[in-house]
Amino acid sequence: MQPFTQLTGLVAALDRVNVDTDQIIPKQFLKTIKRTGLREGLFFDWRKQKDGSPDPAFFLNQARYQGATILLTRDNFGCGSSREHAPWALLDQGFRSVIASSFADIFYNNCFQNGILPVVLQAGEIQVLMREVLATPGYQLTVDLGQQTVTSPSGATYRFTIDPFRKDCLYRGLDSIGLTLQHESAIADYEARRRAEAPWLFTDLRV
Amino acid sequence: MSGKTLFDKIWDSHVVRAEPDGTTLLYIDRQLVHEVTSPQAFEGLKLAGRRPRRPGATLAVPDHNVPTTDRRLGIADRISAIQIQTLEDNCREFGITLFNMSDVRQGIVHVIGPEQGFTLPGTTIVCGDSHTSTHGAFGALAFGIGTSEVEHVLATQCLVQKRPKTMEIRVDGVLSDRCSAKDVILAIIGKIGTAGGTGYVIEYTGSVIRGLSMEGRMTLCNMSIEGGARAGMVAPDEKTIAYIKGRPLAPTGASFDQATTAWQQLKTDDDAKYDATVVLKAEEIAPQVSWGTSPGMVSGVDDRVPDPKKMADEKIRQATERALEYMGLIANTPITDIHIDRVFIGSCTNSRIEDLRLAASFAKGKHVAKTVRAMVVPGSGLVKQQAEEEGIDRVFTAAGFEWREPGCSMCLAMNADVLQPGERCASTSNRNFEGRQGAGGRTHLVSPAMAVAAAVEGHFVDIRHWK
Repeated sequence: MQPFTQLTGLVAALDRVNVDTDQIIPKQFLKTIKRTGLREGLFFDWRKQKDGSPDPAFFLNQARYQGATILLTRDNFGCGSSREHAPWALLDQGFRSVIASSFADIFYNNCFQNGILPVVLQAGEIQVLMREVLATPGYQLTVDLGQQTVTSPSGATYRFTIDPFRKDCLYRGLDSIGLTLQHESAIADYEARRRAEAPWLFTDLRV
Repeated sequence: MSGKTLFDKIWDSHVVRAEPDGTTLLYIDRQLVHEVTSPQAFEGLKLAGRRPRRPGATLAVPDHNVPTTDRRLGIADRISAIQIQTLEDNCREFGITLFNMSDVRQGIVHVIGPEQGFTLPGTTIVCGDSHTSTHGAFGALAFGIGTSEVEHVLATQCLVQKRPKTMEIRVDGVLSDRCSAKDVILAIIGKIGTAGGTGYVIEYTGSVIRGLSMEGRMTLCNMSIEGGARAGMVAPDEKTIAYIKGRPLAPTGASFDQATTAWQQLKTDDDAKYDATVVLKAEEIAPQVSWGTSPGMVSGVDDRVPDPKKMADEKIRQATERALEYMGLIANTPITDIHIDRVFIGSCTNSRIEDLRLAASFAKGKHVAKTVRAMVVPGSGLVKQQAEEEGIDRVFTAAGFEWREPGCSMCLAMNADVLQPGERCASTSNRNFEGRQGAGGRTHLVSPAMAVAAAVEGHFVDIRHWK
């Protein structure tokens, strides 16, 4: 996994609440057996007008947002389906950080598995940033994971909290399965103990 | 020291190790796998040269892509076929049990887990699917995960977790006649909102919950995720134990007795505290109909489409306006004046035998309106078989409903069962997001009884007064 330390980049604003993963990547793109190439499916239904042509009003179709690496949005981003195709598609589009006032749990978790930093700021702070981004073409932010800050062009700094373990894994780009496997003996001990307590959980279910 | 909640008891019995900051390596007893969210997990295992730690703790089934028409014809969609073939190949390579498309036990992953006795109280269960919360109906801690975590569980039988908060949702009183678990959970989501449960595990309590059948509890827990909670659970009781007994993968004999003794301890202690409590009165729950593009956008059938002009919060007003525009609805329209084109009875929320029995009891002797196309998709091959033994299929077909093969079908429309743009559907599924059942399609979430009545009348009706 690619580490995330500090990122300064163009910000794209999606001014909506409750953006669900069905919108981020519709079902027809879930038939793939790969993690890559999902960019064409990102916000697929929202990108188009009724006649199938690109909707010039949709944020990702606007020239000013081309090359954006930071997505700014609102409450409950990534709700609904657990599909990890959502962060895969965002990553494929070039987004390395999503800033919102809240995230759905599974999506939030999936970001960390893919080198994407989800940042939670207060609703009032999002409101300020949203206004600034919408008013300012070329607007950039600096997201610093080490310092746990988001800094705007005016120098305003917003602090965010993050779980220390997740921060460390993302900062160093660690293989989380490899980390868990370092505790192999603890897992084996647990299984031996549990097998004695609840043997019915250890029958082989292969039929 | 105060007592423990049901959640605490399950969590504490699955801690492999915990760091001082609370980061916990949590043991996962069982994993369900389907074709959509697993190929990249198996690929990851292969690339890293890893093997599943306990292949015998995992059960796989294709459900999202499968056609609900004659299975002997195969899958017309080549990409869907590749994904299903990939699941079969992976299960063979890694020694995982698979119920393939021609197996009568095939069905929706959250229907077959309980049906097979794979889902047991006190266990931790995961699946790369957000509706894994369904299995919480048995007093299990069951939650959806992403594909990277599917791989993590295959390789280690563990997940790295932080302890979530607990929320009690208590529903007391007496539900009105013909209201069901579906109406209860939609009313709950309407009350707490689609993010109200974020960061929590819900325990459903109260006389209404105790009165629900196991299948009703599955419907309830299934939609916990629509309220933002990754998991929802109900403490096991005699109904739970009776439901499990004799199922193919359930413990037997002395082992069953030993398990039962343990399961009887799985309840929240009297002096335990939840981090939050929400209370609903059953008498206030009318049959529910969603009118918007998020499951929290829901009303009683005796209500009207809301008016954004009366909403103070700007963001909520904008979201409502957008939803009404997408749904093609006008503010203040009575819900019962909304006419529909399609009806879908199925999904991991409402496709079990009790759902079909109930729906058939309302369909009997009636006929689907001329303007409506209605389909029934059983949750599994065994549900379908049972229904056919009871003659339920003939009730539906005589009433003009299509009777189909099992799968996820039009809940998410990954197979050929898709709404056309602008079509309006009364659906017993769980999500009314834009385009969920097909690009431009309009979904109204309802109970099976409400879906049948809408199919017959061509518009929503209050099932409490329907003759």
